[in-house]
Amino acid sequence: MKQRVDTEPLLGSHRVLDLTDEKGWFCGKILGDLGADVIKVEKPGGDPARTTGPFYHDVPHPERSLPWMYCNSSKRGITLDIEATAGRDVLRSLVRSADFLIESFSPGYMEGIGMGYEAVGAVNPGIVFTSVTPFGQSGPYKDYEVSDIVLWAMGGVMATCGDKDRAPVRCSVPQAYYFAGLQAATGSMVAHYHRQLTGEGQYVDVSIQESVLLNVPNSVMTWDTFQRNTIRSEGMRVRMLYPCKDGRVVCSIGGAGVGWTQSTIALTNWMAEEGMAEELADIDWHNFNPGAATPEQVQRAEEILGAFFLTRTKQELYEAAVQRGFSLAPSSTPKDLREDVQLAARDFYIEVEHPELGDTVTYAGAPLQMSHHHWGIHRRAPLIGEHNEEVYQTELGLLPEEVAALRRDGVI
Amino acid sequence: MEKKQVFEGVKVADFTWSIAGPMATRELAEHGATVIRVESHKYPCPMRRAGSMLGRSASINGSFVFANFNTNKLGISLDLSKPKGQEAARRLVKWADIVGESFGPGVIARFGLDYESVRKIKPDIIYFSTSLQGQYGPHSRYQAWGWQAASLAGFYETVGWPDRLPTGIPGAYTDQIAPYYTVCALIAALDYRRRTGKGMYLDQAQFEVGVTFAEPSLLDYGVNGRILKRRGNRDPYAAPHGSYRCQGDDSWCAIAVATDNDWEAFCEVIGNPAWTRDQRFASPAARKENENQLDRLVEEWTVRHSAPDVMRMMQERGVPAGVVQKNEDLFNDPQLRHRDSHERLNHPELGTVLHQRPAYRLSRTPCRLTSTGPNLGEHNEYVFKEILGFSDDEIADMLIEGAITTEADMPGAR
Repeated sequence: MKQRVDTEPLLGSHRVLDLTDEKGWFCGKILGDLGADVIKVEKPGGDPARTTGPFYHDVPHPERSLPWMYCNSSKRGITLDIEATAGRDVLRSLVRSADFLIESFSPGYMEGIGMGYEAVGAVNPGIVFTSVTPFGQSGPYKDYEVSDIVLWAMGGVMATCGDKDRAPVRCSVPQAYYFAGLQAATGSMVAHYHRQLTGEGQYVDVSIQESVLLNVPNSVMTWDTFQRNTIRSEGMRVRMLYPCKDGRVVCSIGGAGVGWTQSTIALTNWMAEEGMAEELADIDWHNFNPGAATPEQVQRAEEILGAFFLTRTKQELYEAAVQRGFSLAPSSTPKDLREDVQLAARDFYIEVEHPELGDTVTYAGAPLQMSHHHWGIHRRAPLIGEHNEEVYQTELGLLPEEVAALRRDGVI
Repeated sequence: MEKKQVFEGVKVADFTWSIAGPMATRELAEHGATVIRVESHKYPCPMRRAGSMLGRSASINGSFVFANFNTNKLGISLDLSKPKGQEAARRLVKWADIVGESFGPGVIARFGLDYESVRKIKPDIIYFSTSLQGQYGPHSRYQAWGWQAASLAGFYETVGWPDRLPTGIPGAYTDQIAPYYTVCALIAALDYRRRTGKGMYLDQAQFEVGVTFAEPSLLDYGVNGRILKRRGNRDPYAAPHGSYRCQGDDSWCAIAVATDNDWEAFCEVIGNPAWTRDQRFASPAARKENENQLDRLVEEWTVRHSAPDVMRMMQERGVPAGVVQKNEDLFNDPQLRHRDSHERLNHPELGTVLHQRPAYRLSRTPCRLTSTGPNLGEHNEYVFKEILGFSDDEIADMLIEGAITTEADMPGAR
């Protein structure tokens, strides 16, 4: 669909106040990528999580944090001390023109500074007020301290990852807050649609634990039905991951169903052409019953596959999979992903100018393409306080001396 | 009177299957949309087999996985390769506001139900396609499963131990991400149509969906040339950081100590043993440097306590910690119960089945789970007669032609 009919920003007339830390960043990015005017509100001096690496050119600096740059793209940025009385007054004015407010403070914090949903909703009844917290606003764990690994554990995914003889593992690219941001954006959009129809805003309470739990959607039901736990490395009877000449690929054969049969035949035919199918060439895959295979047969099949894969690179194997129609994927590294021909053909990556770095940086693009909108990064992440003047003077109508006073008092 | 739900009146013709598509339309159904899931006995949804895969029911209607992924939907059985099947499908898309499909790219055009064809019947249709690699490009016809999409997007290389083969995140990882992006886009499209009268086409590649969660590793490669390797449970900013063995069988608790304050609290919890004052552990940098020794010492303490006790003791002092929860722990989790994360619905074959609610709670327009996933063809009569307006004679003809499929059409039924 490369050509778009027009590129009206879908949420273009809507403003988002984003008060989140890293737990909720991604929600605002999604709304921003959909075209909303997202204003990231940081503490004077900047969001503390700007100190999270890796950094641009490995130089630790608040304007060079790569996680920050990705998750806060498509946003403008202002600084504001919302705990100071003057800061709260400014926030209250900003709330009047906002359609969404997203925050990820501990439960009760916003009420504590007089900016809870009740208070904000009284100023602006149409606002969608979204809170992203580890366990939700109430309940026995609501005040628990967390990090990515703790939520990955509590949300049930970690128990399914890793080798059985060692500790369960997390993903080395932290994932919990992506799921939280996506759930927060989804809930906010449902509430947004209701507001569009009725003018009525509402409160959206997101639990990061439950967001992570969506990744193991059968877990609670499996216990309810069978009283059975899912042990890591035991999910699949047949091995999935194999070393190849220059890396690893994910492939398996012989499952039940038409797709499996076609894929298995396409792969074993190729192996037979290369003289490496061994006894896999003699199996009638149309009538193959995977449930009846003995452990010895499975192990033998894995050996034959493993030996064949070692003779090819992951790119050779992947291209053959595409051409011949069997199900195999490279176990991609970031380099593979940046060089992927399909992503290139679809213009997936987005080049973003960073004048302050004197560079153009390439970011992961949109999760889907739309015929009437460009879902993607509309501006690079803001520098600390970059849009203070624009927002406070031009849009909020504060006088230059008022802004200067706020700055003098450390409010912005 | 109950409050009107957000998507009441929104009509969805759902030609998707498996996970990524059905989970998206479920979200709309739980907020009031009328969703008609179109299936065929000839090619039953793989999720209908997932229940038996987990060892219980071989029945086509006996999967709690399918039940959970298709809450609140109506179900019909239709053979789209039959002329009368296509005629019914055309009537269905004319009725619909949203059409969704998840066939391999190009397949749905064979049934005359691709976006361009549907647009001629319903000019303002909102139409989404979700597939592994998208509708165009050199790899668009590539066929594989969800775990291959996860591997393509990099979620195998980054999970596991550095001295071993990666283990990956099991299952169809991108299928758990894709649906919510789809929902965001569909809502934006519904609002756009409300304002402008125009429909929209959405092309989702589950591979690309996965890559949006792989940052900042691609940026790190792009600007620093670094290829992120799996590092077990290590974290560049914290030590101790990992899951530690606790008392009991295969029982673990995750602990993350990043700051000096966390470290002091952590030491108090474990009773300030002498080694905690060792120079090897005197600063965050020192603790990182001597992490192997530190992990062993931490585990000497954790193995003497149950995982829930470790979590509770750590949390009482504000140290981030959490049980590595398995199915049983999740089932009994007091926090999930407090939030009613799952709702029990009656199921015709399984008695009652749990269904997970969305991770967000809306204060004014909450989701409402009213019925479990439909039996195959359960709502044929209602949909064909009441919604699409076919007469009894026409329905009889469709049955004779095989356009409406029955159990006799199941693989292996003859």
